[in-house]
Amino acid sequence: MIRTIRAEEITKNIKEMCIEANHILSKDMEEVFLQSAEKEKSALGKQILCQLKENLDIAREDMIPICQDTGMAVIFLKIGQDLHIEGSSLADAVNQGVKEGYIEGYLRKSVVEPIERINTKDNTPAVIHYEIVPGDQIDITVAPKGFGSENMSRIFMLKPADGLEGVKESILTAVRDAGPNACPPMVVGVGIGGTFEKCAQMAKHALTRDLNEKPSIPYVRALEEEMLEKINKLGIGPGGLGGTVTVLAVNIETYPTHIAGLPVAINICCHVNRHAHRII
Amino acid sequence: MDYHINAPVSKEDAQKLKAGDYVYLTGTIYTARDAAHKRMKETLDKNENLPFNIKGNVIYYMGPSPAREGRPIGSAGPTTASRMDRYTPQLLDLGLGAMIGKGKRSKEVIESIVKNQSVYFAAVGGAGALLSKCILSSEVIAYEDLGTEAIRCLEIKEFPVIVVIDSKGNNLYESAPAQFREE
Repeated sequence: MIRTIRAEEITKNIKEMCIEANHILSKDMEEVFLQSAEKEKSALGKQILCQLKENLDIAREDMIPICQDTGMAVIFLKIGQDLHIEGSSLADAVNQGVKEGYIEGYLRKSVVEPIERINTKDNTPAVIHYEIVPGDQIDITVAPKGFGSENMSRIFMLKPADGLEGVKESILTAVRDAGPNACPPMVVGVGIGGTFEKCAQMAKHALTRDLNEKPSIPYVRALEEEMLEKINKLGIGPGGLGGTVTVLAVNIETYPTHIAGLPVAINICCHVNRHAHRII
Repeated sequence: MDYHINAPVSKEDAQKLKAGDYVYLTGTIYTARDAAHKRMKETLDKNENLPFNIKGNVIYYMGPSPAREGRPIGSAGPTTASRMDRYTPQLLDLGLGAMIGKGKRSKEVIESIVKNQSVYFAAVGGAGALLSKCILSSEVIAYEDLGTEAIRCLEIKEFPVIVVIDSKGNNLYESAPAQFREE
């Protein structure tokens, strides 16, 4: 059976999700935040984490975006193969939602043509990742991505001989270089394997994972825990001003790769790791 | 040390501050980020005057989100300062009093801060909603076509910042993490 939905329904949801994601951090992120303030050993670091908590409260209550950089809208769509979308094209429906959300939600329009730097004035186009899946629903994740941290993200095309140790060193290098620029405490998304673009996409997608969910592959889970500990020993701390909480979470995705390669992408996100999720 | 000081920042105030001091700023400051810095550079290259008197004044690297009705400004936290590094020594030589941003600065900028006895403050990155509460008014004074990147004159009250690079060149981004590093 083919299910039909109107494109306008997608637009309406995307609009609401852009506004929601920029004002309200997901519950799992907020919980990790609270736990981190207790763990921080630096007095200044603790003070900064408390300010960031207060910032989240003000954002939610007064409807002021958590961060002025309300990001470029990154949207993951899982579209059921038995779903038919009626009306405009899916990309147009999504971009219309972004446009309405950013204009009506008082969000910053940060998108420009890359060389001429002319602002599109409505924060479109979004970066849309499509996946066709079984079923008749559409699963939408809206993840506005700020560029202070995006600029510190890296891809390493490692050699197979570099192995797991090479992966660990790449993650540490990216975080060390990011330092205070990426608004720590950070969330680190990592993609291991695939191709050049696949590992980058996995790193981005990893940032949207609920922090209460753990990876099913034992070595990946162990790697996440080890990297969390190692990064927190770098001393960068909240705001980069020293401390024991540099990272709130390390989320890793893997995919098979070619016999000749070992691509690793590290997508760094600040503590405002925003994502809204809905299934229609 | 905690200080409550006024903006524009006097040379005496800038010189007494040390990396790690917590400062509450009150007074008038100006916003400028990438595109506004590029325009200021072009203005100076043409031997024309900057849109505001830079002597002793504070530049805040910030592009706000739009203000809701009845509010002076939207979310208003700092952006990454290093993107302005190539323009900064020239502005410091012209008398720029202080900068507010977040993140590392280049060697050239640090040397110029020392040479000109200025100071680099960090505001907490990603605390734009909280920081907006310390901004009483905001007025676009130049480059309106740049939208969020236009130069704005802000009246601020008890705006919280931390001294990261002081007039002697001490750098809190180097010294503070070293105390907690366990590599």
